[in-house]
Amino acid sequence: MHGMINRAIQCFLRDTYGTQTWLDIAENADLGFENFEAMLSYPDQITLDVLGRAARHLHKPVETFLEDLGTYLVSHPNVEAIRRLLRFGGENFTEFLYSLNDLEGRAKLALPDLEVPMLSVECCGDGTFRLSCSSAMPGFGYAMVGVMRAMADDYGALVFLEHSGWMDSGEEVITINLLEVAYAEGRAFDLSGRMGDGV
Amino acid sequence: MKHATFDPTSICALMPMGLIYDDDGIIQFVGPTLGKLRKAETLIGKSIGEVFSVRDNGRGTGDGPLPLSTKLYLNFHSGISTPLKGMAISIAGANLNILNLSFGISILDAVADYRLTSGDFAHTDLAIEMLYLVEAKSAVLEETKQLNARLQGAKVAAEEQAYTDTLTGLKNRRAMDYVLDRMLRGGVHFALMHLDLDYFKSVNDTLGHAAGDTVLQRVAKILLEETRGDDMVARVGGDEFVLVFNKFIDHDRLMRTASRIIARLEEPIPYQDTFCRISGSIGITTTEFYDSPSAEKMIHDADLALYGSKHEGRAQATIYNPDIHDAGMPETQITPLQR
Repeated sequence: MHGMINRAIQCFLRDTYGTQTWLDIAENADLGFENFEAMLSYPDQITLDVLGRAARHLHKPVETFLEDLGTYLVSHPNVEAIRRLLRFGGENFTEFLYSLNDLEGRAKLALPDLEVPMLSVECCGDGTFRLSCSSAMPGFGYAMVGVMRAMADDYGALVFLEHSGWMDSGEEVITINLLEVAYAEGRAFDLSGRMGDGV
Repeated sequence: MKHATFDPTSICALMPMGLIYDDDGIIQFVGPTLGKLRKAETLIGKSIGEVFSVRDNGRGTGDGPLPLSTKLYLNFHSGISTPLKGMAISIAGANLNILNLSFGISILDAVADYRLTSGDFAHTDLAIEMLYLVEAKSAVLEETKQLNARLQGAKVAAEEQAYTDTLTGLKNRRAMDYVLDRMLRGGVHFALMHLDLDYFKSVNDTLGHAAGDTVLQRVAKILLEETRGDDMVARVGGDEFVLVFNKFIDHDRLMRTASRIIARLEEPIPYQDTFCRISGSIGITTTEFYDSPSAEKMIHDADLALYGSKHEGRAQATIYNPDIHDAGMPETQITPLQR
């Protein structure tokens, strides 16, 4: 798994539960080091070990843990860059949903060796959308639920989200009920990072 | 506006990826760059729907061949599918519509697949800047990756060096502290063996330091051969070694291992035209002696047992016995360990 992903998991643990918790988990997972480097690559098993140990250490089901991770990625000021890149997807939550179809391609433009999960969104009518993700990391769909929930807040949309399980092909499916596109004000976003988004 | 005043050529100079279709959806004119993707003559006369699959993600209104004035996603039905972004508008009074297209994220593939050049993009298109940026970013990224690999290699080597005894290639005391600390925190059962060479000093004194170094290297080889991959062998002093046996605490087996090590140490070691003869004394303790074992206490107790071996006449191994070794030391044991 790309160092960026491992690094994100580390930052989530550190920023949410404190440095000591991260160090305990790193030792527990037998990493042999204390910091992931964002620009190095690591075997997938290391990532799975860290996730498993972290969930156990925090007494949380892995699913809940991954969902919290997803929420963190969008909402924590330390990883603001991710939220900004996602907001490039569109001017409202519906456009953002459709932009997920392009996410893999966009990410590949920036970092060709980053294995971004394949996402595909389709509208099922009545404000219901279906997001399927296939990823090398099983359970990634739960992280996506967290991402989507935080992005809905970011856009000020009112949504109901549900992880609808796994397909035989290993794809995870998330059902999104978009109840209201402009329910609340949402957070400001400017295409230019120089302007400052006003938190 | 009259039909005759509309000049598709000038429109397509502005939009080289554009095409013009009539209200029935039949393609009438194709821009020069789009013509590089699919030959114009194969497109003209066909309907939009025959050539492209179109998604508007529910944004479209109206009942023309394509939703107008909204973002469209298109793919070719046949051949390389090349995802395109587009937007269509109608030309009032002309019974014609313009569909302008661009590559979006497929630009890198498209430039390669269709051998496009900078002349294929409108002067107002940011595609060339985009390609420039991707190219520059990739070059920088590649340099960064190589730098990372070099730094990572240097870091691993430096760490390895910091934990290695350079003469023997065994771990050093710092490494031993680290390993013991980890194992104790991990609650792993293990045995700690403290080995002190006998008669090493006389080898050094009579044959010189080079002979001593040869002996130490030979000892290191024996110790590595007598231990397993997840055990640890460290040289912690001039002629002192600590061996940590992972999940190996059976006393009989430990004693057998220790005896075998001593027997092998006693095999004469060739040096130039002579032989060096040494032996070793060993003290052993295991984690099961302690409610909450500490590295300091275990090393101390292995030392006590080692002293027992020395006291009994060297060249033997002793397992720490709390009843004997903790129950007041004979006078000779108060001084730090030495022969």
